[in-house]
Amino acid sequence: MSKYSIFSLLRNAVSYHENWGAAWRSPEPKAEYDALIIGGGGHGLATAYYLAKEHGMTNIAVLEKGWIGGGNTGRNTTIVRSNYLWDESAHLYEKSMKLWEGLSQDLNYNVMFSQRGVYNLGHNLQDMRDIQRRVNANRLNGIDGHVVTPEEIKRAIPEINIDEGCRYPILGASFQPRGGVARHDAVAWGFARGADMRGVDIIQNCEVTAIRQENGAVTGVETTRGTINAKKIGVVVAGHCSVLAQMAGFRMPIESHPLQALVSEPIKPIINTVIMSNAVHGYISQSDKGDLVIGAGIDSYNGYGQRGSFPTIEHTVAAICEMFPIFRRVRMNRQWGGIVDTTPDACPIIGNTPVKGLYFNCGWGTGGFKATPGSGWVFAHNVATGEPHELNRAFALDRFVSGFLIDEHGAAGVAH
Amino acid sequence: MFLIECPWCGERDETEFNCVGEAHIARPLDTEKLSDEAWADYLFMRSNPKGLHREQWLHAAGCRRYFNAERDTVSYRISGTYRIGETPPSEAKK
Repeated sequence: MSKYSIFSLLRNAVSYHENWGAAWRSPEPKAEYDALIIGGGGHGLATAYYLAKEHGMTNIAVLEKGWIGGGNTGRNTTIVRSNYLWDESAHLYEKSMKLWEGLSQDLNYNVMFSQRGVYNLGHNLQDMRDIQRRVNANRLNGIDGHVVTPEEIKRAIPEINIDEGCRYPILGASFQPRGGVARHDAVAWGFARGADMRGVDIIQNCEVTAIRQENGAVTGVETTRGTINAKKIGVVVAGHCSVLAQMAGFRMPIESHPLQALVSEPIKPIINTVIMSNAVHGYISQSDKGDLVIGAGIDSYNGYGQRGSFPTIEHTVAAICEMFPIFRRVRMNRQWGGIVDTTPDACPIIGNTPVKGLYFNCGWGTGGFKATPGSGWVFAHNVATGEPHELNRAFALDRFVSGFLIDEHGAAGVAH
Repeated sequence: MFLIECPWCGERDETEFNCVGEAHIARPLDTEKLSDEAWADYLFMRSNPKGLHREQWLHAAGCRRYFNAERDTVSYRISGTYRIGETPPSEAKK
C-alpha cells in the first residue's frame, strides 16, 4: 500500500492518475480470527485501527453487512465538538477531539477536519443560564469555549437574524472555537485504509446472522459468508444493536429511531462555521462543495427504515428559515435518514456484556460522529484487554441497574 | 405521511399524534421486594424489534387518549390500532 505524499501525487500525475492502487483489500474471510468487529462504520473501523496500532492485534476482521461507511457514518451532518456538560462525557469527547486534531497525519489520509468553530444558540433566559453553566463546566475540564452576545454572533455570521421581535429571539450562544466539521466518508476510508495496512481484514457484504456461544462465552458468529470463529467480538452496529443483543440473548436500554438530514443545492460560500439551536431545533453548516447541510430531529416512533416523516423536516426547515431568513428561497437537493440508537440518558453504552468475550459499543444516538476516533480508541482497549478503559468505565451497561446515569440531554446540543 | 386510525376519532394525520414507546410493559406489583435488575428491566430495557412492534400512541392534538398500534418498524406500515386493554389485532386473528 503506497503512502500518500506530494511525491506519490506527482508520480501518479505522470500516468494521469489512472494507476492508483485500491486503498484496502477485499479478502475472503478466514475460518478464525483473534477478534471480530461487527460493523464497518467509522466507530468499528476506528476500533480495528487502534486494535492493530495500539494493541498489536492484527489477526482481526471487520464484518460489514453492506459497504463500509454506508450507515450513519455516511449520513450524519459531520459536526465535531466536545462541549459536553458532565465530566465523564466531557473527558471522552475531548479525548476524541484531541485525536481529531492529529488524525489526518496519523492516518496519512486527509479527513478534511476543519476547526471552524461551533455555536450553540440560546433563545430564552433558561437557555442562557444552561449555556453559562455548560461553558463553565467545559473550562474547568480544560475544554475551550466562551459565551458570546447576539452582537458578537451577528459580527461573525452576518446573515443571522438577531431581531428581538422574533418568536424565538437569539439571546446569545456558547462558542467552541476548536469545534468544526470533517469529511465523514474520508473518516471511514482513512480508518479502513489504516487498519487494512496493518493486516486487518475488512469484509464487506457479510451480514452476521447469529452469535455462537458456549458456557456463557462467545465462540464466533454465523454470517452470510459462513461461520467465523473468534474468542473476542466487538459489536459496533449503532441502530441494529438491539438486533445483535437479541441474537446474544439479552436486551438493551435502547430504542432505534429515524434521524433525518438534508442538503441544499450548492451555493457560494456563506456560512463559515457551524450553528446549532437546541430550542428551535435546527443545525446548519456549509460543506466545501457549497451545500447547506441541515440536521433535523428524530421521529418519535421506532424505525429501522432509514427514512423519517416529512413533518420532522418541515419543522427543522422552519427553524432554519427563522434564523436565516435569507435562506427562504434556497432549494433543497437531497434528504435522507439514518437509524440512531438512543439511550435513556443520551449517552453511549461502551463495555462488557453479560456474555464473556462479547463487547458492545453503541447508544451514540444522534451524536456519534464527533466521537469516532475516541470511541474507537477506548473500545479497542476494552476489546484487547477485556476491561474498560478509564474513559469508558462510566459508560458501562450496568449503569442502568446501579442508577449511575449520565444525563446529557441538555448538553447534547440539540434536544432529541 | 402516516394516516393513523385513532380507535376513538377515526383516521387522522400523523402530526396529531405522538408515539410514546413500547406497549404492554406492565408495572411490577411487588415493588418493595423488586431487585435493581428487575427495576432496570422495567424502566429501561426495551425489545426494540426490527419488524412487528406493539407500541403506544397518544392522540395529542385530538381526543388526548392513549391507544396501542401494531406497526412494522422497517416498512412503517401500521397494520392495526386497538384500545388499551384490547387484544392486539394480529393475535385476535389466530
